[in-house]
Amino acid sequence: MKHFIFACFFGLTVGSAQADLKIFATVPEWGALAQEIGGGKVKVYTATNAFQDPHRIEAKPSLLAQARQANLVIAAGADLEIGWLPLVLRDSGNAAIQNGQPGYFQAANFVNRLELPATLDRANGDVHAAGNPHTHLDPRNVLKVGEALTARMAELDAPNAAAYQAGYQAFAGKWQTAMTRWQKDAAPLKGVPVLVHHASFVYLLNWLGMKEVGTLEPKPGIEPTSGHLTGLLARQPGAPAQMVLRAAYQQEGPSQWMAGKTGMPAILLPYTVGGTPEAKDLFGLFDDTLQRLLKGLR
Amino acid sequence: MQKSFAMAALLAASCGAHAASDADLAAIRAQIDDMKKTYEQRIAALEQRLVQAESQASSQAKSEKSVPAPSPVENRQSVAPTNAFNPEVSLILQGQYRHAKNVPGRGITGFVPGGEGLNTRGFSVDETELVLAANIDPYWRGQVIVAMADGQANIEEAWFQSLAIGQGVGLKVGRYRSSIGYLNEQHPHMWDFADAPLMYQAMFGEGASYVQDGVQLKWLAPTSLFVELGSEIGRGANFPGTDHNNNGTGGGALYIHVGDDVGVSNSWRAGASWLKTRASERSSDFVEQLGGNVAQGVFNGDSSTWLADFVWKWAPNGNSAHQNFKFQSEYFVREEKGSLNATSVDSSYKTRQSGWYAQGVYQFTPQWRAGLRYEQLDSGTRDFGANAANLVVDSYRPKKASAMVDCSWSEFSRVRLQIAQDKSMFGITDNQLTLQYVMSLGAHGAHKF
Repeated sequence: MKHFIFACFFGLTVGSAQADLKIFATVPEWGALAQEIGGGKVKVYTATNAFQDPHRIEAKPSLLAQARQANLVIAAGADLEIGWLPLVLRDSGNAAIQNGQPGYFQAANFVNRLELPATLDRANGDVHAAGNPHTHLDPRNVLKVGEALTARMAELDAPNAAAYQAGYQAFAGKWQTAMTRWQKDAAPLKGVPVLVHHASFVYLLNWLGMKEVGTLEPKPGIEPTSGHLTGLLARQPGAPAQMVLRAAYQQEGPSQWMAGKTGMPAILLPYTVGGTPEAKDLFGLFDDTLQRLLKGLR
Repeated sequence: MQKSFAMAALLAASCGAHAASDADLAAIRAQIDDMKKTYEQRIAALEQRLVQAESQASSQAKSEKSVPAPSPVENRQSVAPTNAFNPEVSLILQGQYRHAKNVPGRGITGFVPGGEGLNTRGFSVDETELVLAANIDPYWRGQVIVAMADGQANIEEAWFQSLAIGQGVGLKVGRYRSSIGYLNEQHPHMWDFADAPLMYQAMFGEGASYVQDGVQLKWLAPTSLFVELGSEIGRGANFPGTDHNNNGTGGGALYIHVGDDVGVSNSWRAGASWLKTRASERSSDFVEQLGGNVAQGVFNGDSSTWLADFVWKWAPNGNSAHQNFKFQSEYFVREEKGSLNATSVDSSYKTRQSGWYAQGVYQFTPQWRAGLRYEQLDSGTRDFGANAANLVVDSYRPKKASAMVDCSWSEFSRVRLQIAQDKSMFGITDNQLTLQYVMSLGAHGAHKF
């Protein structure tokens, strides 16, 4: 162990040459993207699943053990993981994945973030200083992040750079085609006003031109209260919403209550890869999201 | 090229103007002015674009040395750039209303007190904790926790830790809460009950945590099973040790933590720890056999503490936001060996004491949690040698049972109601009620598992 320390103090750390790039993805969507780009050249560990609230993850021992061995950590960024990831990174004893190192990649840094707060005050709930972190539900962001991620993977694993580029090109081609299809299919959704459980769908709604007219949470991160829901209900005649959306990890109670009172459909969206049986990969995620939204229109 | 074209246009315009009337002239002048303006604007815009393109090209050329493909520009935009280098600041407000029996010199029967007992009743404000933390540079991170109470500010923790050693090695230097056991590292605002288990109070006094001034070196094994080995050496100034102004060290610890997931819904951590401290002239109160007067006893010797800890957490699908359950239990054995001077008699001193607690906390809605804790200590064997004839040797098994309910409006605010039956003192059954609040302001950092 002494040797390790001395070696490191004098900057003599030797990067071990491995065939696999070990990737630690905090959330399923970016894990899935890394898999699309890296194919067989990468080993992706996804720290959370679609049924877990990404804001409320604990720094579990298993996560520390995985972070210890990772070459690259892919985080959603914009403070989404602030409650657990900084601790996991620091206690992992892994110098390569610390903030500021090439082995630490934050997806939100490569897209235009929405909902940047003008003032920071917890009176507004659990606001994210760096803007809304749920960036992946705009497929254009997936491409931007994919491009940056490919460059990062190529930098970390130069021998496989060409393979990553090829993987990304193949993915981007399919993605462009799918995006054209999605945009065509989603045309009827334009301008449709919706209620959401939490502001998890800002980028999706922005992409589709839908309108968010209210959140079931009174403030971000605060559970819906009956008083707030009643208030939303009272607003319904003046500013009617056509459906109420929630992510797979959110409780169904509040949106079901809203649906029951107003007759509008309560729609569960996969939110991320694995959120519904159909959302097996990134393509499935958007296919299923659109299908469920369109079904809500009927 | 754009400029020369503009000049040509101006010339052409001025040439044609010679033969024209005054009115025409004015109109032409206005036209020329307009043209001038628009061209100047366009030129300025083009120049700006050129500068941008040049700077982008140069930055790309730089980055291309390390990055094969031109990477999209990373946007690390922050909301408050002037504040960006300041440490993360957070402040913990904690206070309580406590209803309990009035027991001056509160202690635990059969155990040497590690400090003054807590006998505050009614309304009170606990220590207010101020936490400052930041990355120092790419290699180190620092943190300080100052606990403020009436008329004093204590440095609870002040350390820096390594970020860049790698190979699973972590180094922490300064004053830190030792990583032995499970609860030891946690500050009071993270506790699931209003007070620390008796076991921690017996081991380390009212602070209920062993704090070391020294160096911690730990290593995380490169396995998918979490295995962490740690060692600590330091001043060893706190109970059960004493401060001594020596070269060398006054205490040390070793620990191992192991943990993993079971399925997607369960995770656990288990640990074993050993703490060694040295005491010189550690004085505490004993009771004389004759007359029952309080006598000062002075202990010199070594103290070894072994700890075993276990934590199990369950949440459906691993989503702890709505429902979760946490079970935690710890056990300790302490042996002390040395000499005791009391009532002017020197004798040997040998003790072996133990204790445990177990608790479960269930969060049944996003805001509400309820928990139960049971604990028991064993005063064990206490061999005072020649002093056994002079001093009362209590043999007792202190017990306590607690139940709590707490409510959190958000992750940052919590109130708790706790009732407890405390039989930690022989002959006294103390039924306690505590109403407590814990509020955290500012950039509240992540909590350990």
